[in-house]
Amino acid sequence: MQYHTPATFADAAAIASGAEGITRFLAGGTDVLVQLRSDLVEPDTLIDIKHIDGTHDITKNADGSWTLGVAVTGAEMSEHAELSAEWPGLVEAMDLIGSTQVQGRATLTGNLCNGSPAADSVPAQFAAGVTLSVTGPDGTRQVAVEDIPAGPGKTNLAKGELVSAVHIPARGAGGGDAYLRFIPRTEMDIAVVGCGVNLRLDGDTITEARVSLGAVAPTVLLVENAATAIIGTTLDDAALDKLAAAAEAACNPISDKRGTVEFRTHVAGVLAKRAAQIAYDRAKG
Amino acid sequence: MSKVHVTTSINGDPVEFLCDPRETVLDVLRDRLGLTGAKEGCGTGDCGACSVTVDGRLVCSCLMLGAEAEGKEIGTVEGIATEEALHPLQKKFIEYAALQCGVCTPGILVAAKNLLEREPDPTEEQVRYWLAGNLCRCTGYDKIIRAVMDTAAEMREAS
Repeated sequence: MQYHTPATFADAAAIASGAEGITRFLAGGTDVLVQLRSDLVEPDTLIDIKHIDGTHDITKNADGSWTLGVAVTGAEMSEHAELSAEWPGLVEAMDLIGSTQVQGRATLTGNLCNGSPAADSVPAQFAAGVTLSVTGPDGTRQVAVEDIPAGPGKTNLAKGELVSAVHIPARGAGGGDAYLRFIPRTEMDIAVVGCGVNLRLDGDTITEARVSLGAVAPTVLLVENAATAIIGTTLDDAALDKLAAAAEAACNPISDKRGTVEFRTHVAGVLAKRAAQIAYDRAKG
Repeated sequence: MSKVHVTTSINGDPVEFLCDPRETVLDVLRDRLGLTGAKEGCGTGDCGACSVTVDGRLVCSCLMLGAEAEGKEIGTVEGIATEEALHPLQKKFIEYAALQCGVCTPGILVAAKNLLEREPDPTEEQVRYWLAGNLCRCTGYDKIIRAVMDTAAEMREAS
């Protein structure tokens, strides 16, 4: 295994595009090292991106949007009072992942690029409308977060490409987000279902919404019908029922030891209603 | 296979080592540097027995490569006591019998010390959440939590 510590994303992309065999990028390592130690994946080339400038920075931009370096940890996000106040759903989703120790290393981008359909931060990233800078051998492009997952353990990133920055939209007025998941115990487990909701209000009426589901399909889903169900409403009971129905209809889960198809589908509707209510209450302030 | 040359600091002492790029910080501490306080329980970041601090941040040393330690400040259980005295946490763990087999204890001491540095007056709930990544199969946790709470109270009085 060759270990690299490039100083720029262009160098990282060049190393990756020229590498043979299995390549992994190393940020927090909470998935890469587990796979390495379990003999599941032994990379031929391991590219540690933490020596690149800016990868540890949380920056609020002049327009109110945020840029997060790809090595920013869950603990650093939770400790950032302003980010937590503006995007509580996203920060809480990240904070649900693992223990204090894991929070000291784990990253949003690692959670995304590990490709788990049950990754807790990913539905929250979908709901928030996160976009990513993706750097490859031909330069850097902007990609919507929902265009990254391709299936369990797989992303749409091409050989030599890596995520080089995370962009969170400006929160703006009247906005709120929330993420909820169901697990059989109280902490530190893998989501049986996860649901992210992000919305904006004009008065009492929802004018914008994004709803996402995790662990109910081969990838995290952005459920446009669920968003449509609540846009233009005051999140009354009829809107909540339509939201739940749309969420259930989007589910395409598997049955496994953590939940059956029927259970996951039902819980998706329940979580969508609850998460939407929390996001709505947060948007009301 | 070429080895990686790493210059780091462990418990305040400058340390240099050569390691295979696949070796974790835990491997390096135990097998190259003779610091056997951190334990390998699971090797997958679930049990916390290998807890150390890196630049003041609590992490599992089994989930970090030795090569990543370059330029970092690492804190292990070996750095908790002084030449003269045990750390108050260590004294309380003995007083409360907050350990039996002792495999989890170094990780719990490192984690608890890190918590008390951040939050000198934690609630029991905060202590339980903070230590949720440190598994103990002997004590049932109650004595550990009480030892940490009492240490916090004593350290607040002393300061």
